[in-house]
Amino acid sequence: MTMLTTATATAPGTAGRIVPGAERTLRNRVTVGQAVSDSLAMARRGLIKIRRTPEQLIDVTAQPIIFTLMFTFIFGGAVSGDIQSYLPVIIPGILVQTVITTSAVTGTQLREDMDKGVFDRFRSLPIARVAPLAGALVADTVRYLIATTLTIVMGLLLGWRPGGGVGGVLLAGLLVIVCAWSLSWIFAFFGVIARSASSVQGISFLVLFPLTMVSNALVPVDTMPGWLQGFVNVNPVSHLVTAVRDLASTGSMTGQVGIALASCAVVVAIFAPLAVRSYMKKA
Amino acid sequence: MTTTAIEAEGLVKTFGDNRAVDGVDLSVATGSVYGVLGPNGAGKTTTISMLATLLRPDTGTATIFGHDVVREPFVVRQLIGVTGQYASVDETLSATENLMLFCRLNGLKGASATRRTRDLLEEFSLTDAASRPLKNFSGGMRRRLDLAASLIAQPPLLFLDEPTTGLDPRTRAQMWDTIRRLVATGSTVLLTTQYLDEADQLADRIAVIDRGRVVAEGTGDDLKSSVGQQSLQLTLMRPEDATAAADTVQGVLGVTATVSPEARRLTVPVADPARVTELLVHLRTAGIDLDGLSMDKPTLDEVFLTLTGHDAADQAAPDRADSPDLEEVSA
Repeated sequence: MTMLTTATATAPGTAGRIVPGAERTLRNRVTVGQAVSDSLAMARRGLIKIRRTPEQLIDVTAQPIIFTLMFTFIFGGAVSGDIQSYLPVIIPGILVQTVITTSAVTGTQLREDMDKGVFDRFRSLPIARVAPLAGALVADTVRYLIATTLTIVMGLLLGWRPGGGVGGVLLAGLLVIVCAWSLSWIFAFFGVIARSASSVQGISFLVLFPLTMVSNALVPVDTMPGWLQGFVNVNPVSHLVTAVRDLASTGSMTGQVGIALASCAVVVAIFAPLAVRSYMKKA
Repeated sequence: MTTTAIEAEGLVKTFGDNRAVDGVDLSVATGSVYGVLGPNGAGKTTTISMLATLLRPDTGTATIFGHDVVREPFVVRQLIGVTGQYASVDETLSATENLMLFCRLNGLKGASATRRTRDLLEEFSLTDAASRPLKNFSGGMRRRLDLAASLIAQPPLLFLDEPTTGLDPRTRAQMWDTIRRLVATGSTVLLTTQYLDEADQLADRIAVIDRGRVVAEGTGDDLKSSVGQQSLQLTLMRPEDATAAADTVQGVLGVTATVSPEARRLTVPVADPARVTELLVHLRTAGIDLDGLSMDKPTLDEVFLTLTGHDAADQAAPDRADSPDLEEVSA
């Protein structure tokens, strides 16, 4: 970036002459440092957008409140005998379900965003190719944070007293946010390749609904038929829910946390390059 | 060291059955303004997109200051600024926030980003509107902000895709001014336009593009002389004078006047405007009274008709089929 920092801040036509192309120091690759700072600049853009359009936060505010109340009172008695003993089961489940569903919205919004002219300019700038996507995804962690906080607060209001204490609950929340961010790369990929925002919504629902429902998020696994248990037990969502339950109720890092984090790393390693490559190809 | 700013050879881009760009060659000298003139759908934007690394050419090569657009896109992006046909700034952000974002993306940090943003807002008369939401911006303000964003890195080559389309004449003149000042600082500019007079006013050389091909290339004067420079329109008081008037034109200027069907109007190609006075004197001596006269510059339509044998509006999108009426603007 030497050429830019040495360039004077003169407006066109006043004094400074533009450095001719042949006299500039140029690089043909992006450094990691630049990729990070470009992504952060993009994330800042995403945060301003969220602040400007607070109505887009409806889902992350309403859903945790409504779902927590609804599922606790509908299933509480039937599943665990009473509401109090159901809370340690349901709150981590709702937390995972809500935040992961929220990560799908990222793909939809990215699609809408990409249809705007400003993305043309992003592609013409000497910035890291990953930045426009990564920035949007990083800014969206704010949405996950809101959903996570509200779900936990709702649980506490209903009488949930997690045994893991403050530390355990914070770690649980952090794990959910990290996982949602990782998964959002899948939906970012859908967002990039899809023709319209509504098709992204459609695909995302098809993937997420079975994945979050056919898990241990809302009910114990033992009453399910054996073949279904087989799926539930390999479903990464179940592992995440178990990890969050362990963290929240005991504060201990179990192997489940490791499995969840490793799965996230795999998802990012596959879908981030896919999303960026498709984004670059898209005219 | 003299490098050409843009060197393109045989650029082709096909979208389905449509050969949007069909073998375009361009050579643009450093420090010049190059105009790409053509109607809507001629392939101007597609050509710019390939030169600006936004689209990969199907075949052909292009270099920017000697750097290949396909092999060294990242280098090319450090050398160019692109201002699109439709303002490519962020609608949800304010003008300041937009410029700050693009400053950061161009590697300017903290105080220098703030200073550059402030300077550009001032230069483009946007200071008063700096924190207002963009949706209340006029077309001209958007275009100015767009151009300001392209200038943050002070790129030596600037692509302006139809910079004045849809602007009112006053804003258009301001834009022309800005472009001229940019060139004075050493920038090379490639601009596309649908307006012959715009290319004529700003560009050192002009390429006329039609159906994805360059059909003519040269200076504005070259181009205009290919269609007979200017033309003199004479309206006669008495239609019966038409033959005598045409004879006088033939005698004085040595060219054949076209007599309009209703025989009151004569169109005379004029190579040297200074000799028009002489013709008028002769007409008065011959007792031929005039009802009106005007000097008209060739329109894009006339240039097109001459160069391609078909109307410029042929390939225009239905919503923009109006041919630009330019006689007054450059007078």
